[in-house]
Amino acid sequence: MTDSNSSLSNLDLETPEKPFLDSNELVINMGPQHPATHGVLRVILRLDGEKVLGLECVIGYLHRGVEKIGEHRTYTMFNPYVDRMDYVAAVSNGLGYCETVEKLLNVEAPPRAQHVRVILTELNRIASHQLWLGTHALDIGAITPLFYTFRDREEILKIYEKYCGARLTTHAFRIGGLQYETYAGFEKDVKNFLAFFRPKIDEYEELLTTNRIWVERTKNVGAISAQDCIALGVTGPVLRASGVKWDLRKAKPYANYKNFDFDIPTGENGDTYDRYLVRMAEMRQSVRIIQQAVDALPEGPIMAKVPKVMKPPAGEVYHSIEAPKGELGYFIVSDASTQPYRVRVRPPSFVNLQALDVMCRGQLVADVIAVIGTLDIVLGEVDR
Amino acid sequence: MGQIIQYITSYLGSNQTPGAAGNMFWALVYIMLVFVGLSIAVIAMNWLERKILAHMQVRLGPMRVGPHGLLQPIADAIKLLLKEDIMPAEADGLIFWTAPFVVVLAAFTVFVVVPFGPTHAITDMNIGILFMLGVSSLSVLGIVMAGWASNSHYPLIGALRSSAQMVSYEVAMGLAVVSAILMTSLNAEGTGTLSMIGIVQAQLAQGEWFIFKFFPLGLIAFFIFAVAMVAETNRAPFDLAEAESELTAGFHTEYSGFRWSLFFLAEYSAMIAVSSIAVTLWLGGWLRPFPNLLHNSTWDLGFSLFPGVTFLLLAAMCFYNAARMPKHPLFRIQTIGLAGFGAVLGLIGLVLFYPPVSGRIQDIFWFSAKVAGFMYLYIWYRGTFPRYRFDQLMRMGWKVLLPLGLGVLILTASVALLQQTLWHP
Repeated sequence: MTDSNSSLSNLDLETPEKPFLDSNELVINMGPQHPATHGVLRVILRLDGEKVLGLECVIGYLHRGVEKIGEHRTYTMFNPYVDRMDYVAAVSNGLGYCETVEKLLNVEAPPRAQHVRVILTELNRIASHQLWLGTHALDIGAITPLFYTFRDREEILKIYEKYCGARLTTHAFRIGGLQYETYAGFEKDVKNFLAFFRPKIDEYEELLTTNRIWVERTKNVGAISAQDCIALGVTGPVLRASGVKWDLRKAKPYANYKNFDFDIPTGENGDTYDRYLVRMAEMRQSVRIIQQAVDALPEGPIMAKVPKVMKPPAGEVYHSIEAPKGELGYFIVSDASTQPYRVRVRPPSFVNLQALDVMCRGQLVADVIAVIGTLDIVLGEVDR
Repeated sequence: MGQIIQYITSYLGSNQTPGAAGNMFWALVYIMLVFVGLSIAVIAMNWLERKILAHMQVRLGPMRVGPHGLLQPIADAIKLLLKEDIMPAEADGLIFWTAPFVVVLAAFTVFVVVPFGPTHAITDMNIGILFMLGVSSLSVLGIVMAGWASNSHYPLIGALRSSAQMVSYEVAMGLAVVSAILMTSLNAEGTGTLSMIGIVQAQLAQGEWFIFKFFPLGLIAFFIFAVAMVAETNRAPFDLAEAESELTAGFHTEYSGFRWSLFFLAEYSAMIAVSSIAVTLWLGGWLRPFPNLLHNSTWDLGFSLFPGVTFLLLAAMCFYNAARMPKHPLFRIQTIGLAGFGAVLGLIGLVLFYPPVSGRIQDIFWFSAKVAGFMYLYIWYRGTFPRYRFDQLMRMGWKVLLPLGLGVLILTASVALLQQTLWHP
């Protein structure tokens, strides 16, 4: 074959001569085993030198079939499973699920339970943002913030551990309220944490916000417009950093967020730096909410009247909450049996991840890492 | 026999480097000393970096192997030596095999001219600084070879990045060096020198370190060099070539075991090498603080106590921490080990008080102390800064440091010329 080819190529004058130095596109496979893809995300990068021409996400390496499991467990049994999706914000996942089933059952958790739920969920938002900040800074090359955030996150985990025995996948809430009454000294612990944590946010900001290298690495990196965000269904801090004031805690208040006074921080440029600022501001807002909630913690029952064996009326319900990463929705179809007919989860990470290609096109390899970090994805939630 | 002894001892009275005195025996002894000292310094640096970085990051660092993890580097070295030597099937064998040696060779060879003291150098070359810059830039060859021979994408990108980076920062670095060399020519004869020892002696003769010369020109040149040297050694915040979060490990992704440890060794000895260039050119090399200003027998005696006192302080630290060790049978060996280490340090400290020894060792002490300061800076940078992006790095090299270096060079030359023509016609 080579012989005939070479003889032909002598005759074929139009065959372009192969250049001495050819400049092909370089296709690089980033992950699934890669230090900066936050788990097992695989990104196939098409590069021209260092410039990204396009990329494709390959997901599914952490798929556990959570939604399918839901069809074979009772409503109560499925509750701990949702904690394993976004394992850094397990409490938010639990809140979303419990509230959805409560909506299906048409019950409402008592006010004290609502308050404790808000406290724990907002603590979880802080913990999730801390983990995001640490790993994001680590991806950009600043290794120290990670240890600072983990040191302070520990205090939140200690509160969880005292409350329900678990630190990460807490299973803190039950359908209809809470299983456990708060422990003695819970309010004091939370207040102590707030007093301890307020100056810590300034400490993080001191390390990064005005750091020249940090600003250069994040400003105008991975910018995405509000229209693109909405078209792609991107929610959470990523959407707010693009200038859209959309927060489900305000837009469709759930739990009892309407009783609390807080702002929705937004950005302007929708770049990585704005997303950073938005998340930092969100931590401050969370502190505000927790302070109000713990100051006005009502007495009373912690569990609504729910049947021991739950058989919600046939029908379907969609309910979504503002998880630390964006809109976390549950769609549950009930066939009036003890098990859901279908559970569908709308995870923020999964939807936000599809913006990666839009955000990275035309940027450099190093920016891809920064953008993956700033999207704040958790692969457990992307793959479920 | 007598001749041999005479040959060996003939050097001791001289005030030249063994290379310049042409005494091969002492030259070999110095090579051995530098090699061993450098290896110990790299081992110590390994432990210190992990400890200091850990303490900056609110954690303890190595604590298990030996008291306060003192034996951790040795455990690591043994682990690396015992590891399987893996060569990727598609790699270019010969180049893959040679690359680490090229890097190590370049990193170690520069120490031939590093002046630890007026007599404490292997040799005094009249083109010393040129030799250092030339040989140390050879290491980029090894890195390119490693990246190419691995036949893999990440190492290739890492090698491309580091070669571009090292080449572009060498330009700025060279300009900064030239402005320092210009300053050596400010003597009666108006002749400068490239010899490393000559540069330090020029600073002694002119009565100030070049970092303070023509303030702020010397300082700016030093600053340019200090930035460029971090980029030159591929350390944070310029560690793009081995950017862990982007390229896994950059050019040495495919290397493991002993070969990898050679890259590690080369990186640290290159750091020491460029730091010693900076110390020699701007910080007065082996000179103690204020050699001209505070120059009488009392001050001389006072400064000669520094090495001994430093070692005694280190020993006291060891004893203090040995006393703080948990009183538990499990910690007995560690406590005794730490106290023993302290005793060795204290003994060295006492020996350093002995006047003939302290007289000979002082230069080495001050030089090492200054280099150690740079090493601390390297660790501090790593704990503080995020990583630059490649285009930003290049922009800084070509658009900030290079014009700045050129400007400083022109200004230094003008000021030097004015000084020579106006004040010393």
